[in-house]
Amino acid sequence: MKRKIRILIAKPGLDGHDRGAKYIARALKDAGYEVIYTGIRQSPEAIAQSAIQEDVDFVGLSLLSGAHNELFPEVVQRLRRQGADNIIVFGGGVIPEEDIPQLEKQGVEAIFTPGTPIKDVIQFITTNEIRLTH
Amino acid sequence: MPENKRIKDKMQEWQDKILKKVLDKNPERKDKFTTGSWLEMDRLSIPESFSEEDYIEKLGFPGDYPFTRGVQPTMYRGRFWTMRQYAGFGTAEESNKRYKYLLSQGQTGLSVAFDLPTQIGYDSDDSHSIGEVGKVGVAIDSLADMEVLFEGIPLDQVSTSMTINAPASVLLAFYIAVAEKQGIPKNKLRGTIQNDILKEYFARGTYIFPPQPSLRLITNIFAYCAAEVPNWNTISISGYHIREAGSTAVQEVAFTLADGIEYVKAAIAAGLSVDQFAGQLSFFFNAHNDLLEEIAKFRAARRIWAKIMKDQFAAKNPKSMMLRFHTQTGGSTLTAQQPDNNIVRVTIQTLAAVLGGTQSLHTNSRDEALGLPTEDAVQIALRTQQIVAHESGVVNSIDPLAGSYVIESLTDKIEEEVWNYLHKIEQLGGMVRAIENGYIQKEIQDAAYKYQQEVESGERVVVGVNRFTVKDEPPREILKVDPALRKVQSEKIARIKKQRDQAVVQDLLKKLGQAAKDEKTNLMPHILEAARAYATLGEICNVLREQFGEYQESIVL
Repeated sequence: MKRKIRILIAKPGLDGHDRGAKYIARALKDAGYEVIYTGIRQSPEAIAQSAIQEDVDFVGLSLLSGAHNELFPEVVQRLRRQGADNIIVFGGGVIPEEDIPQLEKQGVEAIFTPGTPIKDVIQFITTNEIRLTH
Repeated sequence: MPENKRIKDKMQEWQDKILKKVLDKNPERKDKFTTGSWLEMDRLSIPESFSEEDYIEKLGFPGDYPFTRGVQPTMYRGRFWTMRQYAGFGTAEESNKRYKYLLSQGQTGLSVAFDLPTQIGYDSDDSHSIGEVGKVGVAIDSLADMEVLFEGIPLDQVSTSMTINAPASVLLAFYIAVAEKQGIPKNKLRGTIQNDILKEYFARGTYIFPPQPSLRLITNIFAYCAAEVPNWNTISISGYHIREAGSTAVQEVAFTLADGIEYVKAAIAAGLSVDQFAGQLSFFFNAHNDLLEEIAKFRAARRIWAKIMKDQFAAKNPKSMMLRFHTQTGGSTLTAQQPDNNIVRVTIQTLAAVLGGTQSLHTNSRDEALGLPTEDAVQIALRTQQIVAHESGVVNSIDPLAGSYVIESLTDKIEEEVWNYLHKIEQLGGMVRAIENGYIQKEIQDAAYKYQQEVESGERVVVGVNRFTVKDEPPREILKVDPALRKVQSEKIARIKKQRDQAVVQDLLKKLGQAAKDEKTNLMPHILEAARAYATLGEICNVLREQFGEYQESIVL
């Protein structure tokens, strides 16, 4: 039997705006995925740790405070350093268009900005799950 | 209640003879019409009664119980609401410049936005602060930053609102200390600290300590200010963030007033008498697009709070029963798509706040779904308030929509549903319990989920997002904060630590720690002493962390 895709939705940094993160978590759950939500104010280190412990396939990062340029790549780095470079990282929040290419270059594979329909996120997961090794 | 039988008969006749024919031919756009928060809207409201008793009991007169029609007898005929734009970013220098600009543009009060490390009691050089310094507000690490923030702004001539919660006592201490340096006594200071910790646990996220010690800090501030800073609003009990988290209008009022009840109880338990502190309580609400529901919401909130204070807490002073409130237009209603449309949304929301009788108002800038507002965008937002004040005419008669059948019917409906929630929360053992067991979070999240699903399905139209969209929107100018700011602030902290009298600071921090151990001691004077000696925000909060511990979020999905 095929294992269900596992997704960690995480809130790095100090911002408490979790409406979007919680919506995505619940909508993905309703779409049939296994979803784990970290809660707010998680360090990149703690997020990488949870991702590995929970053996997830995707990590979705949500941030609205403007600290994404520092914190998103830091999560990718920590995953890679611990050999979990098969985990696919994406992000969302209030993120200026001009920051996106740099984030993608640093391993955040997709950025979903405000107003994105959930089907676009699901589309991203479906397109990328074939890359998963198991 | 006298039945308006003749009107009802006539209405029946109208439905049978006139309405039916039209409906048979042209059905309405929807089967059911609701407000933005799913309260059912009547096709046509009619007066429920014409009883004089009913009017006197439910509406009364402005400046008089139950304050449905407003808290002041003359409202905006006397003076306009305070136009107060929430602002702050980067360093104290940059923010000081923005405040002076806003004051020069006719703004009448200041509202300080702090960055997240400041709001959570971390110094800029703390590792928790990486990436966040100066981002959503100004970075304040010590009295030295606060001195720069208010440089050239006489604190006896402006009122200042500070969005600060867990470390509210520390920032208030910094403010008092700056005023002292300007030669202004405490009793001349006017302003507000948000100081509303309960909503942080379930809607906003900048908590530090667990509920009990947090409530103690809050009541310490109530007691201190009642004696020393009498013109200060010691708390701004906030529904704004509850609504932003996705609640309905009813939930916004219900959970805010439930928080208010908890604070009043805590203060009474700490030995204060209700009329000693209740007049210094203030509130903060959101204004969304659904104009009629929002206006009714503000009116209902005033009426319910007046009843709570009079009936439940036996307040005697009318000031204790007045729900005075600040409003901010709804951040979550702004769209990143076609951002100029947001100017129109903000205008509707401004009208809602003004027709609802607000005491002060922040209008959002059109570009806030994209990032921090540019100076241009802030100016339009402020102008929106000025146009409503000076040109729209809605300010010239008090509570002008009273007596509108639909407004009164919505006001009653909201009041009824809010009482249902308040009773339910009481049954659960009060607000702290209701938060700890996740009830409040679940209620809000269900509403937020339902809303978003309606947007996804297109059932709820958001112009420019799921209808009337355009391809390839032009890029917008966005205000950016220098990422090197953390380094600048860290160097400043190092400098201050070198210059101050280290032994004095250590001694004061030690005394603060001891005072924290004794529940009967008011911590405010100790924090003020430490602030004056240039102890940093992080140092003061770390002493309290050690004594009080830290709150752990209860995650509800």
